[in-house]
Amino acid sequence: MAEKGSTGTIKVKRGLAQMLKGGVIMDVTTAEQAVIAQEAGAVAVMALERIPADIRAAGGVARMSDLSIVQKIMDAVTIPVMAKVRIGHFAEAQVLQEIGVDFIDESEVLTPADDKYHVDKHAFTVPFVCGARDLGEALRRIAEGAAMIRTKGEAGSGNIVEAVKHMRAVRDEIAVVAAVPAEELVVRARDLGVPLELLKDVARTKSLPVVNFCAGGVSTPADAALMMQLGAEGIFVGSGIFKSSNPAKFAKAIVEATTYFNDPKAVAEASRSLEGTAMPGLEISKIPQNELLNVRGV
Amino acid sequence: MGKTSVGVLGLQGDVIEHLEALHRAGLAGLEVKTREELQRVDALIIPGGESTTVAKLLDRFALREPLVARIRGGMPTWGTCMGMIVLSTEIVGMPDQPTLGVLDVAVLRNAFGRQVESAEVPLDIPALGGSPFPGVFIRAPWVERVGEGVEVLCHLQGKAVMVRQGNILGTSFHPELTRDGRMHRWFADWCMRAKSAA
Repeated sequence: MAEKGSTGTIKVKRGLAQMLKGGVIMDVTTAEQAVIAQEAGAVAVMALERIPADIRAAGGVARMSDLSIVQKIMDAVTIPVMAKVRIGHFAEAQVLQEIGVDFIDESEVLTPADDKYHVDKHAFTVPFVCGARDLGEALRRIAEGAAMIRTKGEAGSGNIVEAVKHMRAVRDEIAVVAAVPAEELVVRARDLGVPLELLKDVARTKSLPVVNFCAGGVSTPADAALMMQLGAEGIFVGSGIFKSSNPAKFAKAIVEATTYFNDPKAVAEASRSLEGTAMPGLEISKIPQNELLNVRGV
Repeated sequence: MGKTSVGVLGLQGDVIEHLEALHRAGLAGLEVKTREELQRVDALIIPGGESTTVAKLLDRFALREPLVARIRGGMPTWGTCMGMIVLSTEIVGMPDQPTLGVLDVAVLRNAFGRQVESAEVPLDIPALGGSPFPGVFIRAPWVERVGEGVEVLCHLQGKAVMVRQGNILGTSFHPELTRDGRMHRWFADWCMRAKSAA
């Protein structure tokens, strides 16, 4: 912005994620859906060609969205617009930065482009969010430059169990790291495959150095309230809104339950307002092992 | 007289960052999400966040009227970024987005550009004195026009980025994301003076 200003600093990248806290980020595939999401009170939208449930159904290779769709969504709303790139596909990320998206999700929901390495996110001005199932994954992504983490859950499943498992894993591992004597940290950093300095920060602050949302399975207001009480700082809803029978109502109700997650009366009122059915869910054990998304990009 | 208690509107945004900054400035901070909690505080901060989201939640949860009543009644109130937008009387080019209409300024949202234009910029703020203040601008608004009785306390690139009107303060930037406590201490002094005058 300014002649004297520094863009793309860690502070302004992590800072945007901090501004989204307590909010709901919704997957949208059209400008019309983006407007419904904004009207419902979403803090940001994730622009996609297909929502995860449809990606799962369609199979094949899932890539970065058609840029014309992303651009239409950017033109339709005033809230921040995020878009996904394949794990390791830094050229897709360069393109999204070029057209001016506000946040990039380097996402396991798309087909990975690199089977070993993630994008060097420090090299970008735009901030990145990455998925994680545990503390090691989260800190490796942060070491690569992620400005925000989302626990992965299992996208497009309509089943909250993986989201709960991953949020608890991160939280429990932080509690352990904060409790053990300092001399254990070097070995623990080695075992987790993470930089020692990052692990020391976690031990000192008892939290990740970036905002942590939850993703992958939220389909009802009570799901959102559950994840917030388990320590999520906000919610990603993928298929849960536009695969429900009444997207506008579901979107609004999930926002309300996220804001007042500690007030069962408010969550009950949000749940009563739905006038429709949630997306159909999948039993995780019935998903073929090679179709599980959360095991990609660890 | 009890300790001055400063509320931080907790519907969405960087609430904890403000509560921690208040704590460092020696004040008791309290998250405000309900009308009852609003009645318990002497002053209020509306944090950074998404203004479209918070504007909707204020109406959905019937917080607008009690908030406007407290602010018009003289409660010291400070809005950072989204907070300043919510306090303003006008958002340039967006007449449909509701605001509280208590700070007589027209703000332009995302005035510096999208996220890739977000930046850290040192600011000259005479009211704080001393060295430049670390300005953190994130998809930030600026003030396009000010009404009568509105004081501009800081400019950036010729645009107003810090304004005050009576008991209301607005900043385009986020002092709560820095370790520089001068703004929060300045606001704290102001709150304590207001409380002892009351």
